[in-house]
Amino acid sequence: MALISFNRKTFEKEIGKLDEKMQTRIAMFGNPIEGIDDKGVQIEVFPNRPDLLSYQGFKRAFLGFLGKKTGLKEYKLNPGEKNYHVIIDKSVTNVRPFTACAIVKGLKLDDEKIKEIIDLQEKLHTTLGRKRKKVAIGIYPMEKIKLPITFKALEPDKIKFIPLDSEKEMSGLEILQRHPAGKEYAHLLAGKEKFPVFVDAEEKVLSMPPIINSELTGKITESTKDVFVECSGFDLEILKKTLNILVTTLSDMGAKIYQMELKYGKKEITPDLKPEEMKISVENANKLLGLNLNEKQIKNFLGRMGYNYEKGKVKVPAWRVDILHEVDLIEDIAIAYGFENFVPEIPEISTMGEEDGKEIIKRKISEILQGLGFLELLNYHLTNRDMQFEKMSMPEKEFVSLEESKTDYNILRKDLSHYLLKILSENSDSEYPQKTFEIGRVFEYKNEISEKENFALAVSPGNFTDVKQAIEYLGKMLNIDFDIKETENHPQYFIDGRVGKIIFDGKEIGLIGEIHPKVLRNWKIKMPVSIFEIDLESIFEKLI
Amino acid sequence: MDKQKILDSLSPNEIKILPYLDEGIKNICLKSHLDKTSVLRSLEFLEKKNIVKLIHEKRKVIELGVNGILYRKKGLPERRLLNVLKEKRILIFQEAGKQSSLSDEEFKAAIGVLKKKGMIELKNQRIILSNHEISKKLPEEIFLESFPSDFQNLTKEQKETFNSLHGRKEIVHLKDEKTTEIEITAFGKEIIDSKIKTQVLIEQITPELLKKDSSWKGKKFRRYDLNSKTPEIHGGKRHFVLQAEDYARKVWTEMGFKEMSGNLVESSFWNFDALFTAQDHPVREMQDTFFINSESEIPDKKIVSKVKESHERGVSGSKGWQYSWNEKDARKTVLRTHTTAVSVRTLSQLKKDEIPGKFFAIGKVFRNETLDWKHGFEFNQTEGIVVDKNANFRHLLGYLKQFFKKMGFEKIRFRPSFFPYTEPSVEIDVWHPERKIWFELGGAGIFRPEVVVPLLGENIPVLAWGPGFDRMLMDYYEIKDLRELYKNNITQLRKMKFWRKM
Repeated sequence: MALISFNRKTFEKEIGKLDEKMQTRIAMFGNPIEGIDDKGVQIEVFPNRPDLLSYQGFKRAFLGFLGKKTGLKEYKLNPGEKNYHVIIDKSVTNVRPFTACAIVKGLKLDDEKIKEIIDLQEKLHTTLGRKRKKVAIGIYPMEKIKLPITFKALEPDKIKFIPLDSEKEMSGLEILQRHPAGKEYAHLLAGKEKFPVFVDAEEKVLSMPPIINSELTGKITESTKDVFVECSGFDLEILKKTLNILVTTLSDMGAKIYQMELKYGKKEITPDLKPEEMKISVENANKLLGLNLNEKQIKNFLGRMGYNYEKGKVKVPAWRVDILHEVDLIEDIAIAYGFENFVPEIPEISTMGEEDGKEIIKRKISEILQGLGFLELLNYHLTNRDMQFEKMSMPEKEFVSLEESKTDYNILRKDLSHYLLKILSENSDSEYPQKTFEIGRVFEYKNEISEKENFALAVSPGNFTDVKQAIEYLGKMLNIDFDIKETENHPQYFIDGRVGKIIFDGKEIGLIGEIHPKVLRNWKIKMPVSIFEIDLESIFEKLI
Repeated sequence: MDKQKILDSLSPNEIKILPYLDEGIKNICLKSHLDKTSVLRSLEFLEKKNIVKLIHEKRKVIELGVNGILYRKKGLPERRLLNVLKEKRILIFQEAGKQSSLSDEEFKAAIGVLKKKGMIELKNQRIILSNHEISKKLPEEIFLESFPSDFQNLTKEQKETFNSLHGRKEIVHLKDEKTTEIEITAFGKEIIDSKIKTQVLIEQITPELLKKDSSWKGKKFRRYDLNSKTPEIHGGKRHFVLQAEDYARKVWTEMGFKEMSGNLVESSFWNFDALFTAQDHPVREMQDTFFINSESEIPDKKIVSKVKESHERGVSGSKGWQYSWNEKDARKTVLRTHTTAVSVRTLSQLKKDEIPGKFFAIGKVFRNETLDWKHGFEFNQTEGIVVDKNANFRHLLGYLKQFFKKMGFEKIRFRPSFFPYTEPSVEIDVWHPERKIWFELGGAGIFRPEVVVPLLGENIPVLAWGPGFDRMLMDYYEIKDLRELYKNNITQLRKMKFWRKM
């Protein structure tokens, strides 16, 4: 979740008073307010709008929404000057093949602005950049470097520079092993024979993307006026959009944007702020939204969302990454129209409501047991080996385990019985008798994963008769027959001679019996327990 | 108070003790032949009937401990040691221990006490009797013999002796004792004086009694005190989460929705890919989602290739995500992260004559999260879709408004939101009238053409929503800790109120 903060004073001076009404406007623009106080306001930016990840970007869009500055915002692009080149060497093809670059001049930086730029850079890294995997961004002070720039890949031990926040020179490998940023992002270069670097005309290393910049050439300060900006990664289109977000933000801070020539074999000029064109039909918009807007209104609403509309065509800002289809434009029309202005309506469509048959039977079973005074339980589908196997004296097999879990619940339950015992063990201070049951999914892994609905019931203090009565009553009420047959082949948690197979329709569907004292001891249960558990699938088949 | 009514309500036990009320509890027990508990209970009933007033007092009483009882019979350890010393006057330590047949602990205690009293001296491993007057009873002995039990009335000396005995192991205890004094009220005196008729009042109605009319005809039934406390009972019960689910199920079916069901173990294909969630989307990382190390089946080529195309180049005029879609990632198995997986499966199997159609699901979804009062790894979600050529955004809001109204939220707000598979996307806030805040209940939207076209073959609007269920539940049942939904505390489950929304 990306959160950004605005200074209250700046916001109120440049946008408007942050009163209740303004807060609602912000929420209705699509940015939930996460915190607000005298100093500032913090909002959430959804992942589809990385162009809102800075104050400048938000201000540009939000002033339009408020109707103060509508339509596509124009930025002047200055042609590149001498040596405004980036040479892309073929060696990067297998490591990090693309970059999009620009030069921005005339910045007036102070602490707050530097923070805003670094913040935007970091937020773009984590969201659009997928933690630098997809996009890594570098910003360098022009006074420290000499054009043209080369983007190339070198063997790690041939790369030598002083990384940010360090005092001594390190090799590419040393950075990955020792530098904090190196360690954090080392996986992004894992297995690569060569690491990518940006170097200037004097072969000074600017950075080793996507890891770290150089302490000498890759750090902007308050005295920096002109900067070189690069985005590197695997998808040139995304890189260009990211660059557009960055340079327009810097331009909104008062700087001038200069283009660079990228030498990939064929010539490429970035940044390119030419808007994309997309068709929109007034009819489609009205149909999807349930409104009756005319073309002029559509044009007006699109204008408030930062677009230009002309004769069925929309000019989409070059910094928007989320406009894939006409529906994306239609949503923006809806936002400008105001979600609060839509009149909810339920249409007349004659459809028949219907419950799922399994749910009906599950509820019937539950009702029958409630009538006998049983309490229904609901446990987690996740469990762990100790509860499922160790405490139950069961061999660890045929279970489904999770690849990674943040808790010690890391396998899927194979039965409900162990959870019923767990609950009995946790409730020794509740009044007895305790009569409980649960209906729910259980999972097994034989050759493949199977998932089925089970039903288990426990009585404590309880003996064989208690549970046998319950299942026989259930059978009578559902008008089905359960047979109980002796079995020698049963899990260790039952007492030999007091455990039976439950047969339904000629098929074994479960077990019934008294729990063995050693298992009760494992659970620290001091009362006798009897239990049964059956598979409901064949009962569903029969009854539905 | 109506005297006759009171007279008619007296139980046999109460009548039994009535004549002895001024004689103290001990005597009441003796004379009425009732045990103390029955007498006390009857007295309480009499108090409710305003016949007596019970004055409860606490006082401290002295009781004998296990050793106290023993020493009263066998003598205190110090006496037993003195008896051994009486003849020889000087004894080697071990010898004295052996002869006195005291335990180590008692022996040490006896030495300590006698030394303190100056009756013996210890020198070179020997015990020397220094006081000749040993036959005189020690204060401790006198105390144990006379054994005054009322602590408040002890003399100063007795108190000191008590303290020294109290400091030793299990000789005496100090206990709080509740005493009850009975004061007969003026009304009580009237009742007692009014010569209770010997007429028998009928107690429990028994089958025996019903056999013969004569056993009850013309007789009085004893009046009951309707407000006396009765023991709690509890019955079998639907789990409270399921009660709420049943209710939601009823709301959906009444609105004409048909229930869908699906597996909790799901392929990434249905959970993500069919929902136009790019394969590098953060939700598809183990950080957020539970993965299972097993490959899932994916549907036939027809659907798979359409979904692939939708991601790579887009369908129905979309640009798509512009990357190379990988079938292997789609086969990864997950615990479903939303019931929306069930919706897309339904869409993929939908027949033409099922359109327009309205479907719902209620079920568990999973997220790889820690477990504390506001985090958990299992959630309840309720899902709905409406497939209709004429469906629009206002209808979406209409269905949601109706559902949440049924769930008890009159005031509802829709905000713009974002999900990879819906456009427009909506966040639903409901107004909490007591806490005076908006609270977020979940997302909704209209499925993107990139989702619908590969599954239905054409771009038909599909309204979809999947708000969480747990926050509503917790609010209704006044539960603060998410873990309590699955705690299964039996006492708590027995007390839990029923879901009562209509």
